[in-house]
Amino acid sequence: MNETNEEKIEKKKNRNKKPKNQEMLYVAYIFLGIFVCMIGYFVYFQTMVSSNVITSAYNKRQDTFADRVVRGDIVTSDDVVIATTNVAANGAETRVYPYNDLFAHAVGYASHGKTGIELLANYQLLSSHAYFLERFVNEVKEEKNMGDTVVTTLNYELQKTAYDALGDYRGAVIALEPSTGKVLAMVSKPDYDPNAINANWESISSSSDSVLLNRATQGLYPPGSTFKILTLLEYMREGNDLENWTYECTGSYTEDDVTINCYQGKKHGMVDLKTAFAKSCNGAFAKMGMEINNTEFMRTCNELLFNTELPIEFPYKQSSVSLEKNDETGTVMQTAIGQATTEVTPMHMALITAAIANGGNLMKPYFIDSIENYTGEQVKKYMPSSYGKLMTAGEAAVLTEYMTETVLSGTATALQSEVYTAAGKTGTAEYTTDKSKSHAWFVGFSNVEDPDLVVCVLVEGAGAGSTYAVPIAKKMFDTYYVNN
Amino acid sequence: MTNLIVELSKYALILLMALYTCMTFISFRMKTRKSSDYMLAEMTFIMLLLQFVAYLVLYLKLGEKEDMIYYYGFQALFMVLVTLLWRLFYKDIHNTLISNMCMMITIGLIMLTRIDVEKSVRQFKMIIIAMIVSMLVPVIIRKWKTCCNFDTVYGIVGILMLGVVLVMSATTYGANISFTIAGVTLQPSEFVKILFVFYVAGRFAKSTEFKDVVVTTIFAAAHVLILVVSTDLGGALLFFVTYLVMIYVATQKAIYCAAGIGAGCAAGVLAYNLFSHVQVRVMAWQDPWSCIDNEGYQIAQSLFAIGTGGWTGMGLGQGMPSSIPFVEKDSIFSAISEEMGGIFAVCVILICMCIFLAFFNLAMKVKNKFYCYLAMGLGTMYAAQVLLTVGGVTKFIPLTGVTLPLVSYGGSSLLSTLIIFGIIQGISLIIYDEEREVEKERNRLERDKRRKDREKEKQKQKA
Repeated sequence: MNETNEEKIEKKKNRNKKPKNQEMLYVAYIFLGIFVCMIGYFVYFQTMVSSNVITSAYNKRQDTFADRVVRGDIVTSDDVVIATTNVAANGAETRVYPYNDLFAHAVGYASHGKTGIELLANYQLLSSHAYFLERFVNEVKEEKNMGDTVVTTLNYELQKTAYDALGDYRGAVIALEPSTGKVLAMVSKPDYDPNAINANWESISSSSDSVLLNRATQGLYPPGSTFKILTLLEYMREGNDLENWTYECTGSYTEDDVTINCYQGKKHGMVDLKTAFAKSCNGAFAKMGMEINNTEFMRTCNELLFNTELPIEFPYKQSSVSLEKNDETGTVMQTAIGQATTEVTPMHMALITAAIANGGNLMKPYFIDSIENYTGEQVKKYMPSSYGKLMTAGEAAVLTEYMTETVLSGTATALQSEVYTAAGKTGTAEYTTDKSKSHAWFVGFSNVEDPDLVVCVLVEGAGAGSTYAVPIAKKMFDTYYVNN
Repeated sequence: MTNLIVELSKYALILLMALYTCMTFISFRMKTRKSSDYMLAEMTFIMLLLQFVAYLVLYLKLGEKEDMIYYYGFQALFMVLVTLLWRLFYKDIHNTLISNMCMMITIGLIMLTRIDVEKSVRQFKMIIIAMIVSMLVPVIIRKWKTCCNFDTVYGIVGILMLGVVLVMSATTYGANISFTIAGVTLQPSEFVKILFVFYVAGRFAKSTEFKDVVVTTIFAAAHVLILVVSTDLGGALLFFVTYLVMIYVATQKAIYCAAGIGAGCAAGVLAYNLFSHVQVRVMAWQDPWSCIDNEGYQIAQSLFAIGTGGWTGMGLGQGMPSSIPFVEKDSIFSAISEEMGGIFAVCVILICMCIFLAFFNLAMKVKNKFYCYLAMGLGTMYAAQVLLTVGGVTKFIPLTGVTLPLVSYGGSSLLSTLIIFGIIQGISLIIYDEEREVEKERNRLERDKRRKDREKEKQKQKA
C-alpha cells in the first residue's frame, strides 16, 4: 500500500522485462572492437603491405596498365639507359635495348612473356608517378602517361668488362657487393638480342644452345675445387687442429682401392692445410673427406643453401649435394673435392663467397636500387636486407685467411695487385669421363680487410680455373678499382 | 571525355559514400520522428546520386546502352518505392536500417552489373520478391505473440533441414551446401540461421536453469557439428559465435562464455587435425604466395585486387574483378575495393557496423526477453558474417566462403537477410507498442491516484 505509483509502474514493467543487461553492452563493445581492428588491418594492408604484394609477377592487373602508361626506362646505377620505349608518331610502341646482348639475361624481355628485370619491375615500369596535374591532363586528353624509371643495381662498366672478358666462351660471370647484396654484374653466355625477340622468337626460343637459359642462376655445374671451401669449413667445425695439420702429397691419394689424383698428377709434397687449400691439393681434401662426418657435412652444406631455396627473385635452379652415412669411399672422396653428383649454380657460389666476405652474414641479392619518375625524381628506394648468418664471423675470418693464401701463393697468384688485396678459390671441375675437359671456376673477393666486390666466374669446358677463370676475375677487379 | 567522366566519377563516388556514411552515424542521434524522417529523405537522396553516378559510368563503359538506362531507371524507382512503402506501412520502423538496407542492395547491384549484367538482373528480380516477403514479416512478428513458444519446433526443423542437406547434397569446393528444387537452388543453412536464433531465444527466454542450458547447448552443438561435417566451416563458425553471445547475455555468466570459447578452440584444433579442407584454408591464409597456383589463388587474387585498387580504386569497369574466383559471392568486397577504392570499402564496413549497432540498439530497447535475445542473436549473426567475409578476403583471418549480406550474389542469402531485416523492423514496432502500453498504464494509474485523492479529500471534508 505504501508503494508509489512510479514503483508500481516499474514493477509492472519488470515482470516481462529482462534483467538490466550489462553483458549486452560488453558484447557490442567487443564486436565494435573487432570491426575497428579489421578496418585498422585494412588500412595497414593498403599503406604498408600492398606495395609489396601488387608488384608480384602473378598480378595480371599490371598488364592492363599498359593501355594507359608508356613502359618506363631501365637504367644502370651509373645512369646508362639499358631499356627504353620508343613511341612512333602513330602511337606504336617498341621496346628498345640499346646495348643488345650485353644485358640480355639481367634485363630480360617484355614480349612473349616477361623475364629478368622487365618481369621483376613490371609493376613499377607500368606505374606513373609523373606530376599529378600532368597525369590528370593526360587522362583527360586520353593520352598515355610516362611510366617510372627503374634504376638497377647493375654497373655498366662491370657488366661490359664481364661480357668482353668471357668472350666467345660459354659460362657466367657474377659481381656482387657483399655488404649490401647489390648485384653489380650478371652475364650469361650464349646470349640473345632482346631487340630481336619479336622478330626471331622461333629461333631464339628453340635454339639448341638454349640461349634463353640464364646460366648464372639456372646453370647447374659440378663445383670442383671451389667446393673445398665447404669441406674446409666442415673440417674446422668438427674441431680438427688446422694449425698443426700436415699431409705428404704424392700426386694421388688411395683408400679402399679408390684413387684420387691431384690436377695433372702434380706432387705437392709436404703441405700444411693452408698450402693444401691454396694449391688445391685433391689428395689432402679427399683424406679430409674420409675423416669428416657425412651427416654433419650435409647439415653444413644445407646451412650454406645446398638443397635449399636461394633468396633471389630471379628464376633459379636449386643446388644439390648428397652424401649418405654409409656411402662408398669413392663417393665420399669425390664429394669432398666437389665432384660426384654435386651441382651448383654460379649464383649460389657467389652467395657463399659473399657471406664469407661479409663476416658470415649473407645479404639478400637484389637488382633494383630505386624507382624514379620519368623526370628523375626518386619515388622509392630499396634497402639492403639480410638473409641471415651462414657461418660465424670466426669461421668466415679463417676461410678468408685461407682464400687469401690462394692469391698469395696458390692457384690465383695472378690476382696480386698494387691497388687491392684479393682472396679466392679456383676450381677445375670435370664434367665428363674425358678428363681433359673441365669447367673453369673462380670465386673470390677484393679488398680482404673490408671486402668491396665479390666475383664468381664460370667458364664452360675451358680448362683450369687458374688459367681461364682467374684472368676474367682480375679484369673485373681492375675495372672496379679504376672506376672507383 | 569518357575518360574524364570515369576519372572524376571515382572521386564523386567516394565523396558521396563518405558523406552517406557520416550521415548514417548522425542519424542515430535523431530524437524525433520528424527529424529522423528528414534524415531518411536526405540519405536516400545521396544514395540515388551515388547510384546515378555509378550507372552513368557503367553506361559509358559497358556495351548494352539502352537496356542499361531502363535497368537503372527501374532500380532507382524501386529504391524510392521501397523506402516510401516501408515508411507508409509502418510508422514505427527504424529509419536508418531502411536506408542502410537500400544502400547495401544498391552497392551490390552496381558491382554485380559491372561484373555480369545477367546475374545482376537475376539478382534484382530476386530482390523484388524478397522485399515483398520482407515487408510482410513485421506484421507477423507484431501480431503473432506466441511465436516464442515454439522453440522445440524451430530446433528440430533446423536440425532436420541441415541433416537433409548433409545427406542429399553433393559438396562443391569443400563448402557451399545447396540443393535444387524445381529449378530454384536453395541453401537451407541460410534459413536455418533464422530458425536457430528463434530456437535459442525461445529457450533462453523460458529458462536459464542449468539443466535447460545443457539441453539448449546440446541442440546448438548439433547444428554446428552438422555444418562442420558438411564442410561449411563459415556457417559453423557463425552459429557457434551467435550461440556463444546469446548464452552469455541470457545467463549473464561469463563462465559459460569462457567454457564455450575453450570448447571452440579445442574443436578448432581437432577440426584442423581431422579435416584436410581446414588445413588447406589455414595454409592458404598463412602463406598464399607459396601455393599461389592452387589453394592460395583466391586469396592472392583478392589481395591483388584490393592492393592494385589502392585508396581511390581503378574506377568502375577498369579493374579485373573477374579474375578473382567466386567474385560475385565470397569476394565481392575485394571487387568493390578494387574498382571503387579502399576509402569506399572502409565506408562499406562502417555501414555494416552501423547496421549491427542498430540491431543491438533495438535489442537493448525492447523489454520482452524473447525479442531482446532475438534481435541480439540476429545482430551477432550479421556482424559475424560481415567480419568473416571481409576479414577473409583481406587475409585478416582464413577465408571461409561466407557471403557479404545484401551485397553478394545469391538468392538464399538475400532472402534470409531481408527476412532478418523484416524481423528486426517488427521488433522495432513492438518497442513502440511496449512504450505506448507503459504510457497507457501510467495514465491509468495517474487517473486512479487522482480519483483516490479526490475521494480522500471528500472524506476529509465530510469528517
